[in-house]
Amino acid sequence: MTSDLVQAALYFGLLIAMAIPIGRYMASVFAGQAQFLAPIERVILAPAGTIARLDQRWTAYALALLAFNAAGFLLLFLILRFQHLLPFNPAGMEPLSGHLAFNTAISFVTNTNWQSYGGETTMSHFSQMAGLTTQNFVSAASGMAVAAAVARGFAGRQVKTLGNFWQDLVRSTLYILLPMSLVLALVFVALGVPQTLQASVDATTLEGAKQTIALGPVASQIAIKQLGTNGGGFFNVNSAHPFENPTALANLFSMLAILAIPVAFCFTYGRMVGDRRQGYALFAAMGIMLLVAFAALYAAERIPNPLHSALIDPATGNMEGKEVRFGLVNSVLWAVSTTAASNGSVNAMHDSFTPLGGLIAMLNIQLGEIVYGGVGVGLTGMLLFVILTVFLAGLMVGRTPEYLGKKIEAREVKLAALTLLVMPLGVLVLAALAIATGTAQTSVQDAGPHGLSEVLYAYSSATGNNGSAFAGFNANTVWHNTCLGLAMLLGRFGYIIPILAIAGSLAGKKITPASAGTFPTHGPVFVTLLVVTILIVGALTFLPVLALGPIAEHVSMLVGRTF
Amino acid sequence: MSKTVTAEIGLFSPAILKPAAWQAFRKLDPRGLVRNPVIFSTAVVSLLSTILVVREGLAGGPTFWIGLQITIWLWFTVLFANFAEAVAEGRGKARADAFRATKSSVRAKLLLNPPQRILHEFQDVELLNPGDVILVEVGDVIPTDGEVIDGIASIDESAITGESAPVIRESGGDRSSVTGSTRVVSDWLVVRVTARQGETFLDRMIALVEGAKRQKTPNEIALDILLAGLTLVFLFVVVTLPFFASWSGTTIPVIYLAALFITLIPTTIGGLLSAIGIAGMDRLVKANVIAKSGRAVEAAGDIDVLLLDKTGTITFGNRMADAFEPLPGIHEVMLAEAAFLASLADDTPEGKSIVSLAMKKFGFAEGETCTNATFIPFTAQTRISGVDLVEGSSIRKGASDAILRTLNNDPGAPLDAIVRRIASSGGTPLVVAKDGEALGVVHLKDIVKPAIRERFAELRRMGIRTVMITGDNPLTAAAIAAEAGVDDFLAEATPEKKLELIRKEQAEGKLVAMCGDGSNDAPALAQADVGVAMNSGTPAAKEAGNLIDLDSDPTKLIEIVLVGKQLLISRGALTTFSIANDVAKYFAILPALFVAAYPGLGVLDVMGLGTPQSAILSAIIFNALVIIALIPIALKGVSYTPASASALLSRNLLVYGLGGLVAPFIGIKLIDIIVDFLGLA
Repeated sequence: MTSDLVQAALYFGLLIAMAIPIGRYMASVFAGQAQFLAPIERVILAPAGTIARLDQRWTAYALALLAFNAAGFLLLFLILRFQHLLPFNPAGMEPLSGHLAFNTAISFVTNTNWQSYGGETTMSHFSQMAGLTTQNFVSAASGMAVAAAVARGFAGRQVKTLGNFWQDLVRSTLYILLPMSLVLALVFVALGVPQTLQASVDATTLEGAKQTIALGPVASQIAIKQLGTNGGGFFNVNSAHPFENPTALANLFSMLAILAIPVAFCFTYGRMVGDRRQGYALFAAMGIMLLVAFAALYAAERIPNPLHSALIDPATGNMEGKEVRFGLVNSVLWAVSTTAASNGSVNAMHDSFTPLGGLIAMLNIQLGEIVYGGVGVGLTGMLLFVILTVFLAGLMVGRTPEYLGKKIEAREVKLAALTLLVMPLGVLVLAALAIATGTAQTSVQDAGPHGLSEVLYAYSSATGNNGSAFAGFNANTVWHNTCLGLAMLLGRFGYIIPILAIAGSLAGKKITPASAGTFPTHGPVFVTLLVVTILIVGALTFLPVLALGPIAEHVSMLVGRTF
Repeated sequence: MSKTVTAEIGLFSPAILKPAAWQAFRKLDPRGLVRNPVIFSTAVVSLLSTILVVREGLAGGPTFWIGLQITIWLWFTVLFANFAEAVAEGRGKARADAFRATKSSVRAKLLLNPPQRILHEFQDVELLNPGDVILVEVGDVIPTDGEVIDGIASIDESAITGESAPVIRESGGDRSSVTGSTRVVSDWLVVRVTARQGETFLDRMIALVEGAKRQKTPNEIALDILLAGLTLVFLFVVVTLPFFASWSGTTIPVIYLAALFITLIPTTIGGLLSAIGIAGMDRLVKANVIAKSGRAVEAAGDIDVLLLDKTGTITFGNRMADAFEPLPGIHEVMLAEAAFLASLADDTPEGKSIVSLAMKKFGFAEGETCTNATFIPFTAQTRISGVDLVEGSSIRKGASDAILRTLNNDPGAPLDAIVRRIASSGGTPLVVAKDGEALGVVHLKDIVKPAIRERFAELRRMGIRTVMITGDNPLTAAAIAAEAGVDDFLAEATPEKKLELIRKEQAEGKLVAMCGDGSNDAPALAQADVGVAMNSGTPAAKEAGNLIDLDSDPTKLIEIVLVGKQLLISRGALTTFSIANDVAKYFAILPALFVAAYPGLGVLDVMGLGTPQSAILSAIIFNALVIIALIPIALKGVSYTPASASALLSRNLLVYGLGGLVAPFIGIKLIDIIVDFLGLA
């Protein structure tokens, strides 16, 4: 237990130590102060001419983002459909079915990286490298661009524009994601992760059986998969595969990479809006939720299944489905980080967690992926809650609510309230629809409340753009591929478009200097209120289904009822 | 607080409650309900439940009895919300009726040839048009709003302000406006009608308090949207629940889902929202202030900077001459005589006080007036007044810098010393000069109102900066500013400077409030975010402001700010309370719905409620009753004591956030005990 907590403390400590300088660096990148790659940037943006130079209003910015992502979707869809005709297909992979290609293309464009397939048995190397890894970079960069634009809008002094999408996209990739991925990929290679174009090696096992072990350009893909909160693994079992996650050190680096940029964005935001305390407040609010989630999940997993008490030494905790090489705490830490960050890579199967442990992972996603969240979009998702909280708090102090000196009015509240509908629509409505059509029942592996959790987890993961799988749910059907695809689109653009609109509207507003009459949005009272608001909104939306899923499973387990 | 026309209306006066109870049913009209999305949803669900219960009753189903009770309480929820609005409107109506009773039905004396007051004909008030010129004489009730174009009269305005002391109204100057339903107690006035019938102050006031033409204010609209959003979220939650329940092999009766939906959506704040708005306006009217728009009231809560005229607001209007301070070599009598002569025709309080001081000190008599002297009146631009005597000499008095410009030679240090000394003591030095030679200084004393300092400290705690506006020189202004405790001052103010100051503050993103009465205040009143015009002021000023104070009391601005803030706080606090309530309701209803499928979920029933049926019934009863319980808070407003935003937020979060979390656990449990005791479920 002590060693577990020391490991957790080391992880959180290293995370903060990394995030602060990265945050500062990213702020300078988005301010255009980092110039050392300017020649390359110029070459890339040159064909676009003035389109890539002039600042855009929120509408133009959003349109550019949508157009870019639509093009990315089309390209990836075609690659996946025609991978058998394309090069680098040593294993002779077949083309993906229409619905699977649709789902996968949306999944990677929306930075979800939900995988309805097993990588090593489905994808050619070309699809992995040119298709998926490309989107790993640019979908992450799209999210980062949104955060940069939103921060500019929130800080703007009566301006109309939010910056240039193409510039932000290129800078995010060139200055942040590429260099960091390069370093991390080399570290992974050094730690034993394969990086080769060879399809597989044949090995002879001790019993003399012949085994084919899949290989490929793994290190390059999993570096960006972690850094860009993508999470789509090279292999089916993701980071539970020893080639993706070979050593304890690789495990630590992976976990750090999952949250490094999302955490850093808090500090970037503080600098970009010219008041670092605002960033610290968001950092604190998210941090509190992360720590609470970790404590709860750890507590849940410490207790093994009471139905098998005769078989399990209670001191080991619930090791079912855990990464046995690194111990329980590293699976718990990973599960909390990956669900909090909308990353979705796993080193243990969440399906095998205790019912309450699974609940925490699911709730992390259902809160809207804002506990640091996806790169860029985690911050902007949190800002939507900030606006709602500011609105309530502002009324309670008798002033038209203000955030960063800007009045929060009907338009902002309308847009923010609209985003409250995203999770209920994507999770509750689509999951209910799957049950109503009977498609959910045929895709789950388990009966009873656990089966319901599997359905809920799948739709939460898609809508939250998380991408992690509970396992035990066969998503590769026409119905689920289609509906999960729609859920991913909803969960991505259902947040991005409203927050860009809010940023556009705030950018044009006057800044009222703070006085004793304005409440500070960086103090402990506000942070507490923000956390409580998020938890209450999340709990009120999902408590009924969670009661029927994981909570029902938990209480049934306690009385020895199985399904 | 000022006196009011209408008597204090008790919170639970039967004269209001009875018609309100009747109104609650009349307000079931869907055309009215649809304005409030939350309550409209409740009504739709109630209707649906009614149909279900009737069907269940015909089929003899098992959930008929509980369903019937739930349906009745669903309807009560709607009725209670309607009732809250009706009570608020009823209070306004009572006030409006009091105003309406004062509305004159007399006929107006329409002048046929305005320059002469001789010929007039009687005309029905309804037929008067703006621009018509009417005559009012002693004992007449002024038929409508207008501007005095001739005459001077004392007017009893108690009909609209409740203040019985008569006020003077005269042509020209800043006291030229008269209000309908006030009474002439002496002399006569010729008045040009300025308001169309149905748009007079009284009409506006009636419309305002009745809530008939009430438009939603910006923050109210934003809140409405948020509540509608939450309602939609809960719609998704409840509508999808049967599918998840079916997974577990449970079916949930639709009537239970209806109960769950209604308890979750923010019916508490939804039901009280319009009552809060109407009651806020009512409080404003009670303070004798008319708001031209609800927007202005909300803006008042947002004010960052308050511009206050020194005279009348910070000090007791009239500066009094206290001493004559001659320059070396000039006798005090010479100075006093010059000042006396220059002030004889000066009707300002300062002028009069100089005359009376001179008479008291040196025994001058009024008879000594030199006839044919030409009086030079004070203007805001020259800031000098005086007199040109027949024998050719001219006497001027005024602010030192203004007089210095007219002097033949600067008396230099001696004058400067006197002026400085007076000014730094908080007095006003009035330099007197005869034929271009300075004689000395009249020391005018300004008396700062006793409690004003605490008032400003209060405003500072609320984050509002006060700026004193005065025509005084900077030294005088600084001394009074220090004594009164304002944060800043604008000395030697002219209308242009005032406007400039407002623009500067606004450019920094601040919201500025000011009050004014003169026509030269009109541009600044129009520019300010909250402009309070004095009812005694000129029509131009009243047109430019967005609030009108019937008492013409400049300190009223502070009251208005408080009303605006209280309005917002009431909404925010009750919204927080409403949402926090949902947690307890979940703990009551969810185990009741699911315990059949998973007996273990009984652990969620932390309140230990009697039966699943009684749990659901208790939750819905609590949900309805809490609306009634909170009506007093909605009408009176959440108590508000000026404090910093952080302190306010912490306090309101504790009371309404934490209170909202805990209260329903207790309330639902108590109701459950009663429901069980009565054997209702």
